[in-house]
Amino acid sequence: MKVKSPLEVYKFLPQTNCGECGFDTCMSFAAHIIDRSVKPENCPPLIKDAEKDPKIKKKLDQLIELTSPEVAEVVVGKGDMAIKIGGEDVIHRHEMTYFNPTAFFYDVWDTMSDKELEERCSKVIEFKKFYVGKFLTLDGFAVRCTSNDPETYRSVVKKVAGYGKPMILVSLNPDCMRAALEEVSEEKPLIYAATESNWRDFLKLALEFKVPVTLRAKDLDLLKSLAVTFKNAGVEEIVLDPVTEPLGEGLKGTYERVINLRRTAIQGEDKDIAFPIMVTPIAAWLMEGDEVEKGYWETVLGSLFVVKYADVMIFRSLEPYSLLPLVTLRFNIYTDPRTPVQVEPGLRPIADPDEDSPVFITTNFALTYYTVESDLTSANIKSWLLVLNTEGLGVEVSVAGGQFTAGKVKELMEETKIEGKVKHKILVIPGLAARLQGAIEDETGWTVKVGPMDSGRIKGWLETNWPPK
Amino acid sequence: MGKMTIDQFFELLKKYDIEVLEGVTIEGDLEIEVEEGAAADQSTLAYLYTVVQEVQNFLYFANMAMGHLANVSNLLGMPMPFGVQAPQVPQVPQVPQPPAAVEEVAVPEIKLPEELIKAKFEPFKVEYPGKIQEVVLGATKKDGGTRGDVVVLGGEKSLPFYLFDTPQPNLPAVAIDVFDRKPALAKAVREHYEDVLEDPADWAKKAVKKFGADLITLHLISTDPLLEDTPANEAVKVLEDVLQAVKVPIIIGGSGNKEKDPEVLERAAEVAEGERIMLASATLDMDWERIAKAAKDHGHVVLSWTQMDINNQKTLNRYLLKRAQVRPEDIVMDPTTAALGYGLDYAFTNMERIRISGLRGDSDLAFPMSSGTTNAWGAREAWMKDSPIENDSDWGPRELRGPIWEIVTGLTLSLAGVDLFMMMHPGAVAVLKEIMGTLGGKISGSVADPGDWIFMEG
Repeated sequence: MKVKSPLEVYKFLPQTNCGECGFDTCMSFAAHIIDRSVKPENCPPLIKDAEKDPKIKKKLDQLIELTSPEVAEVVVGKGDMAIKIGGEDVIHRHEMTYFNPTAFFYDVWDTMSDKELEERCSKVIEFKKFYVGKFLTLDGFAVRCTSNDPETYRSVVKKVAGYGKPMILVSLNPDCMRAALEEVSEEKPLIYAATESNWRDFLKLALEFKVPVTLRAKDLDLLKSLAVTFKNAGVEEIVLDPVTEPLGEGLKGTYERVINLRRTAIQGEDKDIAFPIMVTPIAAWLMEGDEVEKGYWETVLGSLFVVKYADVMIFRSLEPYSLLPLVTLRFNIYTDPRTPVQVEPGLRPIADPDEDSPVFITTNFALTYYTVESDLTSANIKSWLLVLNTEGLGVEVSVAGGQFTAGKVKELMEETKIEGKVKHKILVIPGLAARLQGAIEDETGWTVKVGPMDSGRIKGWLETNWPPK
Repeated sequence: MGKMTIDQFFELLKKYDIEVLEGVTIEGDLEIEVEEGAAADQSTLAYLYTVVQEVQNFLYFANMAMGHLANVSNLLGMPMPFGVQAPQVPQVPQVPQPPAAVEEVAVPEIKLPEELIKAKFEPFKVEYPGKIQEVVLGATKKDGGTRGDVVVLGGEKSLPFYLFDTPQPNLPAVAIDVFDRKPALAKAVREHYEDVLEDPADWAKKAVKKFGADLITLHLISTDPLLEDTPANEAVKVLEDVLQAVKVPIIIGGSGNKEKDPEVLERAAEVAEGERIMLASATLDMDWERIAKAAKDHGHVVLSWTQMDINNQKTLNRYLLKRAQVRPEDIVMDPTTAALGYGLDYAFTNMERIRISGLRGDSDLAFPMSSGTTNAWGAREAWMKDSPIENDSDWGPRELRGPIWEIVTGLTLSLAGVDLFMMMHPGAVAVLKEIMGTLGGKISGSVADPGDWIFMEG
């Protein structure tokens, strides 16, 4: 995005505060354009006027250009399941945020037995991992054509399409690709891949079936030439695969190519290669080694490029030791660093507590909360954990900033009816909130004990402080 | 039907059945007459719409519009419907065509370029004015120590492993943690050290000889007043044992008790005189001045540890530099490591910001970074037998989850600029070293064709 302030956007808007966009003022709408929650096209009067007045149309086009992401956004799949890739604006997440999490596709192939295919597809569909209040899942299938037979491929692709998830169609053979597209082009699969040798056929397929296309070349001059040629011929949805080499100098080269592509797109403003990047950790399966070694290395490659700029990936391993770290890392890296992650305030029973168990309090800043919660759970400390709404701030900051106050503690204790759950009236506060001890005692009438600075030390602390004398 | 303009005609095309087309005539410049009840081949509909779109684009050029209409009429196998011949348009052959030909051209022909448009990729170059301080850990005989070799951290002039920007003189090093009392360890970690847990010297030996540690971090946790409360003088005897047992550089840690640690580290600095160990750590909430002085007096390095806050890191570094007069080549930072899934995003971004600030020339932040990567084992995914969440997919065997949790935590932070990893699982150490060595250009190897996965069966 070329503009940084709502004011720069505002001057392109009608400035009538009509509210048709759903926001009270044009300035508010402008601010949402800047944070990318809306687009200029979401201003109805602007669109209407642009249809009539070429001058306004020009203004609108200008605004769209100024506010469109640095890296093109490509949509794979359709309907609710459709997934956006690319659309990134920054090189480092702290400069704003990363937007569209790397899409994870898992391979199936057309020479699998029906049973194997079903099992594998079900695993992909069913996988879920609970994390910070939601379930993380996988995105889709990469259907590889290993039969080299158009009819076999067609029928397997059709079967996989039945699962409703986005697909990448993987075949370098234009005849096989055509057969598959005749069947499922409506599902808007990403086709993989146009290369130096088949690019004319794939260009034709991309135009004819109006599907996004991956361009594959290790030589970045060639990759750019392909991109320019495709764009010039009218293909808008392009994904770049600079070829993933799984080890040695090849991997070092892959790292260089991926970083150079993204850096040149965003910082170098080279629109010709400003497209989503594909990385294929599945290439780890070409190495020598047993299943675990390959699965581990595939996960290493995946992690490396989740952090460094891959927008879409193809994987093989569906083992939990591959999936759990990858979906978690992706969530972490793509979390918006501008808004602290929060958890629900309230009362959490830990390890089946009773009326003699201690009562702790922490904040609803996700990191603090999960640290305390896992410290208590890991040490199997029967306890009640009060979670205070500090607007997602940690203990130290919220005590200083006034989000962690005696008054709010009292409210929380009343809402959660903690008094009815324990026989004692003792609250343990974090060491970093020690200065609130007196105020909370006055406000609640409970005895307040100051716990350790680090929840990791609660266990040791309890040995001398619990049960209370 | 009466007379209409071309605009209306096109509207009609959109609204009405295509049958009205047959027998279209035109009068004057832009007036077309259509006979009622005319009929045409349904299959031409799609093509006509394409033409309509194109014509609309060129509506200002009436001549051209007529040319297109001439094409339409040809396609429909009708005589030219115009009352007037459009001037300045290439003559379109008016031979009536057989219906078969109509069907063939019904699908829009895609024009493909014959050749690739040649383009040159010019990578965008990034140069930073600053350089990360080089810090030497350990001292060999010639520098008054007894280490077999030293480890050099830092020296970067660009982001981690961006060898295409500038060479990276020192790749990150890995230290393995050793404790002076049995710590609580995850099963997957403990089984590798079961035979040495009672003896820190043997533990260190195994970590170096068998698991390839570049350094040893000895944690004197028994000094914790909440544990054995071992007196400093006694605790540092273990340090002497470890210095005897291995030849790699040593990092010495206390228990984290802010009253006791300064004394423990002071004693450690004395007994390790000449060995250039690293004292872990000075923090803002303990007597950092005393720890800094101990490092200075005995020629050691000090680890400046803050809690995930770039401003605090800068403050503490400045205290060490300006107030305690520690030399820049004697400082390493620990901006705090959080595990994958438990704040790794904060740790990563905090470290990345610190590193970029250093490279941009902020000399208060231009120090090598250290990571307590062992923290990854605090994540329940690393050690818990099963997921405690009812609807989670199966977590699989934890022996395989733990090491990769440590690897991914370390790898992520290596990309933020960490120069020194403190780790525990030997498998995790090996894999992290492998990937960092590969990105650093030290490990060769290749596969026959990296595209073979496209075709591989099974």
